[in-house]
Amino acid sequence: MDIPRYWRLKDQRYRLQGTVCEDCGHYSFPPRLVCPNCKSKRQKPFAFSGKGTVFSFTTIYQTIERYQDQVPYLVALIDLEEGVRITAQLTDVDSDEVEIGMPVEMVVRKFYADGDNGPIFYGYKFRPIATGS
Amino acid sequence: MEKVAIIGIGQVPVREYWDKSLRELGARALLNALEDAGRDQIDGLYVGNMMSGTLSEQEHLGALIADYAGFTGVESLKVEAACASGAAAFRQAVLAVASGQKQCVAAVGVEKLTEFSGRRASDALAEAADADFETSLGLTFVALNALVMQRFLYERKVNRDDFALFPMLAHRNAVHNPNAMFHHEITFDQYKKAKMIAEPINLLDSSPIADGAAAVIIVPAKAVNASNKRIVDVLASALATDSIALHDRPELLRLKAVEQSVKRALDSAGITLRDLSLFELHDAFSIMSILSLEASGIMSAEEALQKIKEGYFDISGSLPIATMGGLKGRGHPVGATGIYQIVEAVTQLRGQAPEPIQVAHPKYAMTQNIGGTGATVVTTILKGQN
Repeated sequence: MDIPRYWRLKDQRYRLQGTVCEDCGHYSFPPRLVCPNCKSKRQKPFAFSGKGTVFSFTTIYQTIERYQDQVPYLVALIDLEEGVRITAQLTDVDSDEVEIGMPVEMVVRKFYADGDNGPIFYGYKFRPIATGS
Repeated sequence: MEKVAIIGIGQVPVREYWDKSLRELGARALLNALEDAGRDQIDGLYVGNMMSGTLSEQEHLGALIADYAGFTGVESLKVEAACASGAAAFRQAVLAVASGQKQCVAAVGVEKLTEFSGRRASDALAEAADADFETSLGLTFVALNALVMQRFLYERKVNRDDFALFPMLAHRNAVHNPNAMFHHEITFDQYKKAKMIAEPINLLDSSPIADGAAAVIIVPAKAVNASNKRIVDVLASALATDSIALHDRPELLRLKAVEQSVKRALDSAGITLRDLSLFELHDAFSIMSILSLEASGIMSAEEALQKIKEGYFDISGSLPIATMGGLKGRGHPVGATGIYQIVEAVTQLRGQAPEPIQVAHPKYAMTQNIGGTGATVVTTILKGQN
């Protein structure tokens, strides 16, 4: 049961809100107190577009307790178009269709349910951007 | 700073101990090390452990193990740095003696991974990663290493099957180590058929979950007789950190904390990589072995995948690795692993390894304990009396 975590992270989970440095313009996701680039402490909120490409990916076959009923599933490192890398699940795609460099976009989807009677947690996942048709 | 030396080593065999508690394992390794040192007192104890809270519902290991081993009253505390907890505890023990504050300190690494079912162990191991932005999204510890390996295969265009030789070498050496978890060799065919844990990492790329405890006793070098062949000098112990989440690393395949800790250790020891007689590396996953060799400055990862075919890393090779089985063959009792590596390096430097895996006339040994996917790295350099 980690409701405080989900309440605290709602701007990240639903809107990909990170920070941008007011001194050097460096973007961060998750949000930072101190700029990793110039060490400035002047960071203001910034919502990322949610569009990017797959940098690396894996299919998970053995997992942690709360994701046990979802295996196998795909997770990836995604390079957002603003130049920030993010870790997330991939959705609406099969493992043999994923490749490095594939364009993806953020969607809000179910993460997991806390037991049969507990709350359902939601947040960002990424799906392929339809091309061609 | 005082120069420090290791005068005693102890361990329990790496096993699945349903009949022994965390405190028994830790205290047993400590008492074995004291017996080996010919001492019966310590004035400091550092306990390396990562998951006792989650997996044994027990924290406060400093006081627990000091008391259980008969040293109530001694300064004692737990040190945690994920899989690098063992060597991080060793580092604190070295600092305590080097500073002149302590005269005889023990570093104990202990971990019990089999108290609950395997699933709970996966949850506990994942605590080494970023809980808010990796683990709670469904990432496992293996998955993080798989993301690194997948990218490696994409960028470096190597033959996937060449990775097999690292776990095969580890098992080959472990056969001769009575304290290792595995005493069987593995074949290329078995590797090819091993089940996937997180693509492209399969079961035989991964070090096994296990229980274990190991300990070393550290004193000021001036307090011991230099002609004693069993004494091993600690030339360097250096800890460096990197971002915990993989997405925060600009260069995913570059283990910067390895680079930094090796550089600091070599500078402090006043030797070069060419001087090393053996290297106990952190082969939690085969991808970690080759990236560690690369970041340490020994050779590129691609070269490592080729050199292993020529026997470069064998016991009789140019730079033996995983001489007592490594994490893959000896087993990876997480918070104990860093101390097992040091115990094994001391065994080699004393010339006390079982004959088939004794490195010939070793002088300098390096051990490297990696926490998380390279977020904490401790590199230790030891010198024997040969």
